[in-house]
Amino acid sequence: MRLLNIKKLKFLHCDSVDLQVRTSEVAGLSGASGSGKSLFLRALADLEEHDGEIILDELNQQSIAAHLWRQKVALLSAETSWWFDTVEEHFDELSESNMDDLEFLNHGFSSLGFSEDVMQWSIARLSSGEKQRLGLLRLLQNKPDVLLLDEPTANLDKHNTQLFEAFVLQYLKDKSACAIWVGHDHEQLQRISTKRYEIVKGQLKNVS
Amino acid sequence: MLVELSSFDLSLAATLVVLLGALTAYMQLGITKQLYIAAARTTVQLLLIGLVLKSLFASTSMAFILLISLIMISVAGWEILSRQTRKLKGWWGFGISTGSLFVSSFIITLLCLITVIQADPWYSPQYAIPLLGMLLGNTMTGIALGMDRLIQNAWQQRPVIEQRLMLGQTADESISDIRREAMRAGMIPIINSMAAAGLVSLPGMMTGQILAGAAPVEAVKYQILIMFMITAGTGLGVISVLWLISKRLFDERERLCFKRLLKDTNSRHK
Repeated sequence: MRLLNIKKLKFLHCDSVDLQVRTSEVAGLSGASGSGKSLFLRALADLEEHDGEIILDELNQQSIAAHLWRQKVALLSAETSWWFDTVEEHFDELSESNMDDLEFLNHGFSSLGFSEDVMQWSIARLSSGEKQRLGLLRLLQNKPDVLLLDEPTANLDKHNTQLFEAFVLQYLKDKSACAIWVGHDHEQLQRISTKRYEIVKGQLKNVS
Repeated sequence: MLVELSSFDLSLAATLVVLLGALTAYMQLGITKQLYIAAARTTVQLLLIGLVLKSLFASTSMAFILLISLIMISVAGWEILSRQTRKLKGWWGFGISTGSLFVSSFIITLLCLITVIQADPWYSPQYAIPLLGMLLGNTMTGIALGMDRLIQNAWQQRPVIEQRLMLGQTADESISDIRREAMRAGMIPIINSMAAAGLVSLPGMMTGQILAGAAPVEAVKYQILIMFMITAGTGLGVISVLWLISKRLFDERERLCFKRLLKDTNSRHK
């Protein structure tokens, strides 16, 4: 069993957030802009200063190096960044290029609606929706146990949103992982999440 | 032997600088004030040092020469900071630049004085002071360029650095490309000088020695020695500054820590 246990988490505007997310669960999180949803995810990935305890299974966030934690608890931000010229270079840097990884990637590309030559595409011609879908695959190369998704389908059309949701849910099932999914689309959150939360005035409210 | 310059000759050259200043002001390039201050400083500083250089070189007190060297290093460290668009807060900026100048320029000069030149005494000011000065002058330029490039690029590429952190890279990996770029920027001036020496540029010290009647081969040997020392000094200085600053840009949890930087000061220059 996997368990992400958040105890008395405090950051910028929020104090004392408690939350548990278990294997294959998706916690759907909404809230007004500026309510601190993104900061919450950044604190979980240890990219933002915070107080309180965040424990993955038996592992305390502060007990391992930050970059190792981020490989286990992976944040997909609303805007992904790309710094090399082609898609391939971004994947090469993280991959150990064994057969499993390659198979996973090829499966991912086709599941998310990309053709086989996507690796050769130049970053300059990617649309924001393509960046979001490729950003997910790039992140999943680390085989994270927890996925933190910050409005991951904001730039996707209906068809690609469905592909994206199905792919994430399948990943959680295959890897016994769990996710926190931040979004504005209440229908979507209803559809994919196993429990629903909202951040209101610095408090995390269960709205399942 | 030497053609004497009249004040008229100098004012002719000064007019060129004034014209350049007027042009940059007209084009709103924001460098006019700095340009004029630097020009005024070079005039006053050189006049003053010209007056005391002879008595300075006559001094044989090691403590005095050490004191002069420390002043030179601190001033160079201060000048590096003044060229930065964004500085580290507190004493960090000054500490890092001065410290790096010390380990590069000062120690290399010392090494060279003791093992290569072997004057008697080894701290003879007519060797020690100009040698340290040439090293500091060049190392300072390299460090100022490398430091500015590192901090500016890190600032502008914040999303990329954070993305790389999110992908589980270490702080060091996430800034490695920016650091490589900054290293290149810091080393370009000295690599240019070495590549162009003799073909494009005739180094001032060597030319002066030959004109003053020194044997050309001896003058050339000195120049090569100086060039290599400057290169080693600049390289070491830039490496240590980039290493220390990239450490300082991240906190202990490998998060970018821009609150350790002061605001952009360049936009205030009019």
